[in-house]
Amino acid sequence: MKEIHHLRRMTTVWVIASVIVDLLFWFLVGPHVPPGRMTNMASSDQFDFNILFVIAIPVLIGVWIYLGYTIVVWSAKRGGPEPVGGEAARTNRTAQVAWIAITSVVVLFLAGFGTVELMVNNGSGGGEGPNPVWSPAGAAKAETAALAGTGTWSPNSGQVLPVQVIGQQWKFTYRYPTFGGFETSQLILPDNTTIAFNVTSLDVTHSFWAYQLGVKADANPLINDVAYTATTQRGEFVVRCSELCGIWHGAMYNYGHVVSPQAFMTWAQQTEAANAANTKLLPAFAWTYVPDANGAAGGYYPDGTVTPYSRAEVYGAKQPVS
Amino acid sequence: MSIRGRFATVAVLFLVAVGLIVWSVAAFLTPGTPGGVVNFTDTQAAGQPVDLTVQTVGAIGSGAHPTWVSYLVKNPHTGSWIQDTTWELPAHRLIHMTVLQYDTGGPLRNQEWGQVQGTIGSTASLNGQPYSVYDSNAGNGVGHTFSVPGLNINVPLVGVSSSAQVCGAGPCATSSPHNTITFSFTTPGPGNYHWQCFVPCGLGYLFGNGGPMATQNYMGGFLDVVR
Repeated sequence: MKEIHHLRRMTTVWVIASVIVDLLFWFLVGPHVPPGRMTNMASSDQFDFNILFVIAIPVLIGVWIYLGYTIVVWSAKRGGPEPVGGEAARTNRTAQVAWIAITSVVVLFLAGFGTVELMVNNGSGGGEGPNPVWSPAGAAKAETAALAGTGTWSPNSGQVLPVQVIGQQWKFTYRYPTFGGFETSQLILPDNTTIAFNVTSLDVTHSFWAYQLGVKADANPLINDVAYTATTQRGEFVVRCSELCGIWHGAMYNYGHVVSPQAFMTWAQQTEAANAANTKLLPAFAWTYVPDANGAAGGYYPDGTVTPYSRAEVYGAKQPVS
Repeated sequence: MSIRGRFATVAVLFLVAVGLIVWSVAAFLTPGTPGGVVNFTDTQAAGQPVDLTVQTVGAIGSGAHPTWVSYLVKNPHTGSWIQDTTWELPAHRLIHMTVLQYDTGGPLRNQEWGQVQGTIGSTASLNGQPYSVYDSNAGNGVGHTFSVPGLNINVPLVGVSSSAQVCGAGPCATSSPHNTITFSFTTPGPGNYHWQCFVPCGLGYLFGNGGPMATQNYMGGFLDVVR
């Protein structure tokens, strides 16, 4: 009687099924996997997710094939002998070692892959804290100029645009230091531009999550959390707070827009002019503001100051080397 | 005890625990505040502007939290003041809003809320005088704001002088010192739009944003916009 090579059978089916499903996923589903391709970080996130799927799908299919094969081929037949004991029921050391080796390689590869993606994508859109380890070219220069009040930006100049995100219960507001430091409830960004988000809070911890931009950074009081992205597509995106921050946390969201560089310039200049009277009353642009507390004993500002929202310690984005 | 008895005991204890949790959460979210929705949809003929009048008081003076600051709304049908912050408004309609501000003020945590936004003409009127920005570090400061984040509406409500004989408990009569702030805005399509005060006026609570700032029917609510 010809010996049946069960493992060879399963492996053949597994390879064919994995290749087919992976290819179908990559070409049909992959381009639609969130967060889309609105920025370079979003595209990178989508690529990373697709890689994870392509690796996970063969694992899933392998487990399913093994289970299915076991049920169909190795299940006990009515009236047949009990399928226990004997050579076939002994531990298969080869299978054990192969399973541990393969899964270890997969996990270690993904750890390395994730680390590389984090590095080459300047933090992959995540908040890097006040002194980013990975920054895009020109970011430090733009951030330093913004803090000094000398920053400029013009369409198609290739300059990094710093935008400050201020969380407060329960709304995000945005300051544009290269346009006089005006503050607004609207988040408008130019297309084809690298954005340096500087995220902070005036009260509790919030989290700035613009998922179509591939950006997510905690908003902590007295901390400047820097995250980078570069816009590549125009359209609407949603900003949500992703840190439970109180009773109206669920209402803490707004919509932003990526528009053409020229349209952004027009909007920024018009808003700067329209808000000029209030901008003069705002504190000078800074990475963080004090005081951040309202004492438990009452009173708006426990330190007695009448300047409730003022420039705090100046630190944050990595300064230029020279 | 038998298996069946043990099972019954555990099941009863589980149900009691779940009931207590549900009751606690419900009690926390509605701590003795009146419920309901104030309906403004039938106060005017179709297409006509709707008048909405509210007042802000330094202390509500009654209920579970008599010392808490609160909004009150004038019932459009009876003219009485009620503590309810969910207002049903018709969609795509001009709303003329009047705020009688009886509370004192101070500097804003974020002067961004000192700017009038989202109203018709981006202005409001303070005792008959138009304004679009109010410096909260000057004068009597800002007592509260009426802000609808989803509609980008914000109006700073200028405080009354703390040296005046401030109304001690709501509802306040117009004989008490107050500021009258008026403005107009247009409602969008149907939906629920959260509104709130952006002055951290929940004194005694963390960052001033607990207590009345975090309780429905005090310093926040909803515009329930319907067809």
